[in-house]
Amino acid sequence: MTNKIIMISAMMAALVASSFTKQRLNQGDLKASIERGSKVYETYCLSCHMADGSGVPGMNPPLTKTKWVQGPKKELTELLLKGLTGEIEVNGEYYDNVMPSQAYLKDQELADVMTFIRNSFGNKASGVSVSEVKKWRAAVK
Amino acid sequence: MKQIVTGLLFMVSFLITTNIHATDTTKVRSAPADDVTLVLQPGFIASVINEGVGKNRHIAVNANGDIYVKLERPLKGKGILVLKEKSGKAEVVNRFGDFGGTGIAIKNGYLYASSNSDVYRFKLNANNAVDPSQKPEKIITGLINRGQHESKSLTLDNDGNIYVNIGAPSNSCQVDDRQPGSLGRTPCPILDSAGGIWQFRADKLNQTYKDGTRYATGIRNVVGLDWNNTTNQLFAMQHGRDGLFQMFPKLYNAEQSAELPAEELLQVKQGGDYGWPYCYYDPGQSKKILAPEYGGDTKQQGRCEGVDTPVYAFPGHWGPNALLFYTGNQFPEKYKNGAFIAFHGSWNRAPLPQKGYNVVFLPFKDGKPSGKYEVFADGFMGAKEIKSPSDAKRRPCGLAQGPDGSLYVSDDEKGTIWKITYKQQ
Repeated sequence: MTNKIIMISAMMAALVASSFTKQRLNQGDLKASIERGSKVYETYCLSCHMADGSGVPGMNPPLTKTKWVQGPKKELTELLLKGLTGEIEVNGEYYDNVMPSQAYLKDQELADVMTFIRNSFGNKASGVSVSEVKKWRAAVK
Repeated sequence: MKQIVTGLLFMVSFLITTNIHATDTTKVRSAPADDVTLVLQPGFIASVINEGVGKNRHIAVNANGDIYVKLERPLKGKGILVLKEKSGKAEVVNRFGDFGGTGIAIKNGYLYASSNSDVYRFKLNANNAVDPSQKPEKIITGLINRGQHESKSLTLDNDGNIYVNIGAPSNSCQVDDRQPGSLGRTPCPILDSAGGIWQFRADKLNQTYKDGTRYATGIRNVVGLDWNNTTNQLFAMQHGRDGLFQMFPKLYNAEQSAELPAEELLQVKQGGDYGWPYCYYDPGQSKKILAPEYGGDTKQQGRCEGVDTPVYAFPGHWGPNALLFYTGNQFPEKYKNGAFIAFHGSWNRAPLPQKGYNVVFLPFKDGKPSGKYEVFADGFMGAKEIKSPSDAKRRPCGLAQGPDGSLYVSDDEKGTIWKITYKQQ
């Protein structure tokens, strides 16, 4: 009987915890994710989008103050997984270059780098969790 | 001693607007172009003749001094502007052409201009001008435009031919473009319709690929090209490949990747193959090296042995956007028949500081470079050092020679046009 209660409460606790991480990262996790994300950004993104996220005029779009970055997380995740070609407009300016798919990055790396860009360069938006990336990656496949 | 020339020296430079709807906020805005000070060779003076009409790509100056500007995107529906100079300023007097693009040139009574897929020409009338109601003749159509290296720069020879660059819509012909570690395709299928310079007739309408000749291949992308009339040869400045470090971090570090490969000045021979995507030019080794996408190890030449080399190698990633052989009499003798090159400025050097953003001069003798280049005009970036291209105040993009031998420089960041003249000291 006691065993059963412990088991049920443990399961419940796990459920609550997992649904919590699905919804939002707590403050400490957010900070750690941004920290890890900055390293991912330096390695894979900086050469095109620049250290300050300002991009390259006419070629690589800026990551600052744009709905492409601060908007729905699902769309941003899909953009990173699929890549992007063709001209796009960002804040009245036009950009055209190949954004290669970043699907080779691990779920954790993708979550971290998105959390980083959504909270850098003057941006302020919610973080992205690993479970969200996992879910959306499965849908893209 | 270098002479410092201010773009808009001591001009009344403040435009004050008051926002009457909100609080009593007063906005103060300085005049454009006074934030950039060009540094020139001794005896030269640069003046801003127009402070910003649009994103100016290439420019051409007619025998009567009219300045033709090709805009990257049409403004008010028009992609070509005509400016007339009066008391040191050039004002827009005419606009036509409903397409954006880069290329523009004047030859034998016609103005030629390109969109990113077609080439048009406009007849100059008895007043040596384009009648704005005139419908352009489309001479070349259907060239590849996939958004990367899409500009169709052009130049003409003296035998009725026009040369059009068709840039490769790719960095290095990888299976997955710009994807770390992705290998190169063999043979690179892009070369059938891009990655080279094509020759067409200047007076024939609606030419497509089948009507033209692939004049030279293995050229990744060219924005600046010019016909050398003293030697009757085509020259072009190649934009070298990006991302050696980002694509192959085990073979290259960030510093090497910022310097490699060279931006190559090519004497483009008919039937020439300059090696892209299989090869890149390493100025340190003075060799074409096998690209890592094709099994290269930073030293091995492999199939690149014997591939045509550049006649001059400029620093990596500077982005040469215009090439002009100077034939005027105004500048000192050493400039005659030498090459001016406008460097748009780098982006693929990050995280290292960006470079270029200048106009250089390369002396020529008997149709070959005869010395080292000098930085002819500098200061376009408006700062000592920049990390990101968006921090550059101006970016040189086009060059033209006026009938009196003055040199015109266009900028596609703010749309500034400078006129550079020589004053004997």
